[in-house]
Amino acid sequence: MANSLFQKHIISIPELTRSELELIVETAGKLKAEPNPQLLKNKVVACCFFEPSTRTRLSFETAIQRLGGTVIGFDNGGNTSLANKGETLADSVQVISSYVDAFVIRHPQEGSARLASEFSHGVPVVNGGDGANQHPTQTLLDLFSIFETQGRLDNLNIAFVGDLKYGRTVHSLAQALSKFNNINFFFIAPEILAMPDYICEELNQAGINYSLHATMEEVIPKLDILYMTRVQKERLDESEYVHIKAAYVLTASMLADAPNNLKVLHPLPRIDEITVDVDKTKHAYYFQQAENGVYAREALLALVLNEQL
Amino acid sequence: MPKETQLVEAIKNGSVIDHIPANVGIKVLKLFKMHKTNQRVTIGLNLPSSALGAKDLIKIENVFINTDQANQLALYAPNATVNQIENYEVVKKLTLSLPEKINSIFKCPNSNCITHNEPVDSSFTIIAKKEDVFLKCKYCEKVFSREIVTERV
Repeated sequence: MANSLFQKHIISIPELTRSELELIVETAGKLKAEPNPQLLKNKVVACCFFEPSTRTRLSFETAIQRLGGTVIGFDNGGNTSLANKGETLADSVQVISSYVDAFVIRHPQEGSARLASEFSHGVPVVNGGDGANQHPTQTLLDLFSIFETQGRLDNLNIAFVGDLKYGRTVHSLAQALSKFNNINFFFIAPEILAMPDYICEELNQAGINYSLHATMEEVIPKLDILYMTRVQKERLDESEYVHIKAAYVLTASMLADAPNNLKVLHPLPRIDEITVDVDKTKHAYYFQQAENGVYAREALLALVLNEQL
Repeated sequence: MPKETQLVEAIKNGSVIDHIPANVGIKVLKLFKMHKTNQRVTIGLNLPSSALGAKDLIKIENVFINTDQANQLALYAPNATVNQIENYEVVKKLTLSLPEKINSIFKCPNSNCITHNEPVDSSFTIIAKKEDVFLKCKYCEKVFSREIVTERV
């Protein structure tokens, strides 16, 4: 039987089922343990990045090449017909997708990946981030990192810290985990950057427990995952930023009461919200998490381009 | 005949949209592109209404609004009534219910949504929660209240 992700567009986390998420995570684990350079043999994948990206682009390209595939594409939209000659994204997608077996797109506007999927003539489109909307492969590598370190995706206590209002990674991860059982969320954010109502509403509907907290210390002793994000300076006025920033910085000493299994995740880039002394603790997992981006993307592309693995 | 309907001339054949909240009538005109039609359109604004206080009313000759169109009207005026008239008689009363989707009518309020500069129609899924109605853009996936979307026609 064909896997259900075969030839499917991967645009938005809510469209993936629990079993599809589990299949990707399981496949990522297998590919990490045992590389398979045949899975994308003779396949050409477009990686079209209309805005700068370091980890996402390089890990997609690495994933494709490690599976034996070939990459075409560009790393910024500046040199394309779209930017220079006024071509629509729809036309660009129609042309580029006719060259390739799959189309990875990162674009600064929300909805760009959905639009691409309507003009690719059936060539599967993978969303590498559409503006402030979705970044599903980040969520897949997050899930893989959680599964790898905890051995499960059910029964988790997970805290999200920092910018929960604009951070698309936390929204998508919350949406993904809400498909699993007995997940408890702890939100730690300045009021101005609190989790948006529509996500809280979705969590309410899914029957997910969540609570709001002022400090990390009060929840650290019961956590499995501490998911840090960056509070961006430009979101706050300067005096406010200086005042609240300190409450959302993780230091090694704050992890003194952490359970053994607690892992600290961060989508990176980190600026100063995790001090470097945390890197040396057994709890730091953000660099391995970034490495897992390759395996999660390998898994996704392998499943999208192979009927059976 | 009730006194209020006498304020606007009766039509022989066509559609009558009644019980539109005051100040929404012009939007409904635009929704059905009646401001561009050659047919005779009669509009009553701020007419007295026992239920609404004040209401708007539209009569359009020789145009029969279908159920799909009437459902789009439900977004603006959930309690409006649509009657089809033939030979001065009401031959059909349409009941309004919210559509599941609404395409090509409203622009997405998100200025960074890809729909603004690409050859696609806008498309929203309707989400009704108790008394409130929200619209979710198929492309940018943002959710907006009815008022924010409908005021942009």
